[in-house]
Amino acid sequence: MTQLAVAANENLAHISNVLVYSSMAVYTLAFFAHIAEWVFGSRSKVGRTAAALTGAGSRTAGAAAAPAVTVRTKGGTAVLDKPKVVTRAAAGSRDLPDGPGAAGGTEKGDLYGRIAVSLTTLGFLIAAAGVVSRALSVERAPWGNMYEFSITFSTVAVGAYLVLLALKKNVRWIGLVLVTTVLLDLGIATTWLYTDSDQLVPALHSYWLYIHVSTAIICGAVFYIGAVGTLLYLFRDSYEAKLERGEQPGRFATSVLERLPAAGSLDKFSYRINAAVFPLWTFTIIAGAIWAGDAWGRYWGWDPKEVWSFVTWVAYACYLHARATAGWKGRKAAYLALFAFACWIWNYYGVNILLSGKHSYAGV
Amino acid sequence: MSTTDKTTGAAAGDPAGTTVDEAAAGAQLSTAPLDDSPGDPVGIGLLGWARWTWRQLTSMRVALILLFLLSLGAIPGSLVPQNSVDLLKVADWKRNHPTLTPVYEKLQLFDVYSSVWFSAIYILLFVSLIGCIVPRSWQFVGQLRGRPPGAPKRLERLPAFTHWRTGTDPDEVLAAAGQLLKKRGYRVHATGNAVAAEKGYLREAGNLLFHVALIVMLVAFAWGRLFFSEGGKLVLQGGGFSNTLTQYDDFKSGSLFTADDLPPFSFTLDEFDATYERSGPQKGTARDFKAYVTYSEGAYGAPKKTEIQVNKPLEIEGSKIYLLGHGYAPVISVTDARGKVVFKDAVPMLPQDANLTSTGAVKVNDGYRDKNGKKEQLGFSGVFVPTFAGAGRGTMFSQYPGLDFPALALTGYHGSLGVDAGLPQNVYVLDTSKMTQFKDKDGKPFAVRMLPGESMTLPNGAGTVKFEGIGRWATFSVTHQPGSGLALTGAIAAVLGLAGSLFIQRRRIWVRAVTDRGTTVVLMAGLGRSESAKLPEELGDLALTLNSEAAPTAPEPAEAETEADPAVDTAAEGERA
Ligand code: HEM
Repeated sequence: MTQLAVAANENLAHISNVLVYSSMAVYTLAFFAHIAEWVFGSRSKVGRTAAALTGAGSRTAGAAAAPAVTVRTKGGTAVLDKPKVVTRAAAGSRDLPDGPGAAGGTEKGDLYGRIAVSLTTLGFLIAAAGVVSRALSVERAPWGNMYEFSITFSTVAVGAYLVLLALKKNVRWIGLVLVTTVLLDLGIATTWLYTDSDQLVPALHSYWLYIHVSTAIICGAVFYIGAVGTLLYLFRDSYEAKLERGEQPGRFATSVLERLPAAGSLDKFSYRINAAVFPLWTFTIIAGAIWAGDAWGRYWGWDPKEVWSFVTWVAYACYLHARATAGWKGRKAAYLALFAFACWIWNYYGVNILLSGKHSYAGV
Repeated sequence: MSTTDKTTGAAAGDPAGTTVDEAAAGAQLSTAPLDDSPGDPVGIGLLGWARWTWRQLTSMRVALILLFLLSLGAIPGSLVPQNSVDLLKVADWKRNHPTLTPVYEKLQLFDVYSSVWFSAIYILLFVSLIGCIVPRSWQFVGQLRGRPPGAPKRLERLPAFTHWRTGTDPDEVLAAAGQLLKKRGYRVHATGNAVAAEKGYLREAGNLLFHVALIVMLVAFAWGRLFFSEGGKLVLQGGGFSNTLTQYDDFKSGSLFTADDLPPFSFTLDEFDATYERSGPQKGTARDFKAYVTYSEGAYGAPKKTEIQVNKPLEIEGSKIYLLGHGYAPVISVTDARGKVVFKDAVPMLPQDANLTSTGAVKVNDGYRDKNGKKEQLGFSGVFVPTFAGAGRGTMFSQYPGLDFPALALTGYHGSLGVDAGLPQNVYVLDTSKMTQFKDKDGKPFAVRMLPGESMTLPNGAGTVKFEGIGRWATFSVTHQPGSGLALTGAIAAVLGLAGSLFIQRRRIWVRAVTDRGTTVVLMAGLGRSESAKLPEELGDLALTLNSEAAPTAPEPAEAETEADPAVDTAAEGERA
């Protein structure tokens, strides 16, 4: 490498650091905008959940079937509508409408919410540029150590959230939690995990790095979003159960929880998220085994990282089984999902930092 | 709002049996066991208990518990050092925890993955799995041969429902619906006034494939463990290796392995190349290792050239040759008191740190005679540094792993090496218990640091030692692991099966067309497994197609109290409400 190229690379690495810090600043603004959204949203009187629950008792089976075809008369001509599909929740679920979101239907809250999403998008773009310039500075995939892993991880998590938003999925409620965690992740990355940009040790010279590590990061980011859904489901479910029993939850709990989607929706959301990435996680582990076979001469050697990947995989398999098993749906399955995600997080921070093994890229 | 309301659904007024209740409509949408609590033992005696135990073991609930236990059971192996991973660490741990060690040994915590309890969990799990898969496969075959169940009496109670009025004849509507569904890949079955259709059988097939693939993988691993072999060998640059048991420095194998299983091949290490980071904070970190080898397959195969890298093992006849480590081997010659060269060889030295400060021993067994003509053995222990800091700058620690400023420090002994005792000796360490160290004029231990090409003259005319040059060595691991191809096949099948199982929805659609007050009422409903996000969308799309292609919407007839299908009735009621 010539002296000039080294200088250029150090420049790029510096630019990457500046970009990562800038994205943190922008995410911080997004954080405050989300707070404003929740605060203004709390001034609305939603009360939809409670109303729906009290109304539910008096509803009869037949009346729930809304009209599917309506005939309206406009200026004497009958305009015939297309058939509309009526959906019903499965038996036994509460069949509640989703909350209105953090803004609580208030105009001001919604405005701040939109500002927050715009800022998050901006923060994402800056962070992504930071990751890319880091990659350019080291002339390889930016996944050689925990610092690089962390900045990529949070960028992918925000990316997944923005994709879901773009697909018009109801996910804006996740915004505040997501931005908070991303700030935490980036804070830890820049203060404790920071490693100067550099080349890889020979064992990481492989195209499997691109395959195995990129899918691992995607899985983690998406599992994270699923876990947030599960956690909020548990809160919201207790809240709904309390209302159902005729008790009155605390004011703060009510204010926050009534604006979230219904427990059933949150549960479904996190199931779909987890189920969707589970095959990818399976693939990640298999790809890792193939790589280990090439790099270390054995496919599977119960290295701490391998152990915890296996534990995480089995825990998620357990969760998927629980969903298919009567008596294990709902809260019990949710606890399993959280356990599985805790394993994933431990596999990242705990195993890298506390347990030594062949996966010694921690570089802290 | 319970859908298991049996009073409405029973097909009592439907002699043709073409309508079923809603619970039946969802029956067999999967082959997952329905009853999760196998109840109490039925019948008496051993058979009843055996059957009960079997039913328990193959229930989803027990599978769930066993899976959970498997995940918990794997954890200790990451916290306690394992014999199978790192023997040295285990020994270290045992030394530091003398009280816990016997307890841990009883619990087999140093061998978690081959322990009795861990094996029990996964063997039970796989027995459960087989016991679950076999009946499910039969059931699935039965479903493939059968037909989708008829339309439930009250379609509007299903999770997704739509209806509209049309002027088209009911029979024409049904025919068009049947055709449309067939075109979309549904299996269609017409009964009476309705069409029943089902799609997404691949979900079940995928799920079964996934579970079978798990069994295949387990069998492959077991096979691999029984027949595997793994050996290590240090090869000097220019040196060679042929694949027989005696050539290995160390060797492990599975219980069913025999020496005949070693495929014949050989290779020589022509050259070894290493590059290191030259500058920056990670100066000295290894960047690239390459071993250039010439190998021949079989006993008399033609020689071929290739290179082995850390991530690129060489594969010969099912064995894989991995590059594991490397180091330096100073070439040293020893001339005795008579002026005869009694030793000339490359002496591999073991790296002690990241910059390859290396230590080793030179052992001159035969041929040496001192100045009195007496036979004796010589030994030298040495420290080699590829990049010396410079004279007067600290001790012999290497500054960089590359050969920038190589230096070798030796100190010599004479006497008996102790190799004749028949005990295996560490070739890198000198046993000086029966040797005397050479002393200089002042009586201090005699030690000399040399640069390549330099020599040292031993005190009292005992001879000279020359640092001739520097060779390299590399360590290779040769592994033979049968079953890995099968395991890979299983793994790929598992991912594919899983994708099919999780991404494909098994779902049913029913279309009913009845005449009511002069026009035709079309009712459509859909049912999927509980998490059916797409079902309403799909139903809407189907309805829209049917509506625009074959059954255009007609206006509502005037209010009239005529006898009608109860489903139409309720739907109409809803409309008016
Ligand atoms: C070796 C351990 C096992 C693993 C890793 C495992 C994994 C999985 C996974 C990941 C799924 C989710 C796929 C889906 O929802 O379609 C699943 C589904 C399923 N598993 Fe297993 N499984 C194991 C053992 C068993 C056993 C022993 C049984 C039977 C007692 C069983 C019965 C089922 C059934 C019936 C489903 C389908 C549930 C449904 O249709 O929603 N599995 N399994």
